[in-house]
Amino acid sequence: MMPEGVTSLNKPAAQPSEDLLIRHIQDGEHEVFYELIRPYERCVYRTAFAILRNEADAEDVAQEAMLKAFKNIGQFRGESRFSTWLIQITVNEARMWRRKEHAHLMEPIVNREGVEGNYVPRDFADWREIPSETLERKEIRDKLAEALESLGHIYRDVFVLRDMQHLSIEESARALGVSAASVKTRLLRARLMLRDLLAPGLGGNWSTRLPFAKGTKPW
Amino acid sequence: MVVNCEQVWQEISNYLDDDVDVDVDLRAAMEAHFRECKRCRAVLEGTRNVIQLYGDERMIDVPLGFGHRLQRRLEDNMQSRRRRFLGWMVAAAAAVLVTGSFEIARSSVFRRPELRSEHAQAGSGLPPDMMIVVSPNGKIFHASGCPFIHDKAHVRTIVVREAIKEGYAPCVRCMKKYLRADLSSPESLADAQR
Repeated sequence: MMPEGVTSLNKPAAQPSEDLLIRHIQDGEHEVFYELIRPYERCVYRTAFAILRNEADAEDVAQEAMLKAFKNIGQFRGESRFSTWLIQITVNEARMWRRKEHAHLMEPIVNREGVEGNYVPRDFADWREIPSETLERKEIRDKLAEALESLGHIYRDVFVLRDMQHLSIEESARALGVSAASVKTRLLRARLMLRDLLAPGLGGNWSTRLPFAKGTKPW
Repeated sequence: MVVNCEQVWQEISNYLDDDVDVDVDLRAAMEAHFRECKRCRAVLEGTRNVIQLYGDERMIDVPLGFGHRLQRRLEDNMQSRRRRFLGWMVAAAAAVLVTGSFEIARSSVFRRPELRSEHAQAGSGLPPDMMIVVSPNGKIFHASGCPFIHDKAHVRTIVVREAIKEGYAPCVRCMKKYLRADLSSPESLADAQR
């Protein structure tokens, strides 16, 4: 069971009409394309935003990804879920955009080292309770976004697909063109790094940067 | 099976995902470890929190009007594709017409004769009934007094219209004034304006 508020890409795909819509579009009935992608438009935007961290860029990339999907719908053979295919196109578009637009920017300094070697948690603060209303607070969302942004691209991309868009390990691997083993290793590091950054206590940026008293939880 | 903290940390992500990499024995060993180790328990709970927080769709706001703008962009794109498609259809139809007329022209009496000389240009400013001379093995027709007539002994006299029909081209020397008056080609137009 997924927690409340979680978008599942499985839900819309379960509708039998999706295959029918795709066939109609492939047969030239282009007008129904928007109907096909509407259930996923928010996922596509969120994926682009999580990778690019900029609203205008994310919107452009989301639109480009949809146009590309429309142009290439004839090549969609149903080997993967349509949603996975769409997210894969979005990830590729976002990565191309990042390379093109931000080639001058350096990779985030935090944890830029390779995936070799075991990751050792730096923070052991107890962080058990987590009321979901927490996310209603913008400063918390900003803090989470800031932590995500500080991860290297290879970790962030895997984390976005697996934990934010809920793709499976295999789907994430296919979307990123890496092995399932790499996805697992990067995912482990991404999760542990984020926990280190967010868990209140020693070494966590969370407690030092947020206007909360050091060592106390914001919730 | 007993696991230490470091082994737990390396498998904690797979453990949370119920991944096949964590078999029954390892899972049991990790659970036993969590019961005993406060630090690993903190890491486990914190990692679970990370997954839960970021997995919530409220994490990223979708801007107002995004869906509407997307729909409009798609519609614009489809319209321009349609226009492009129509454009291509019109162009293709035009091409078919042009090719068709060309084929008709080639096969009709209006067909322009093939020139005997590949270097020559047919003159069109020439009076069609003017008498000129041609020689059977020549490629050019001349005014009767032209010093450049080839094989003068065997010339025959015909009118320009017939000479052109037979593929003869005007002599650029003796027919010069008529050629200059030919405004049908850009070069001669430029000449005439000079």
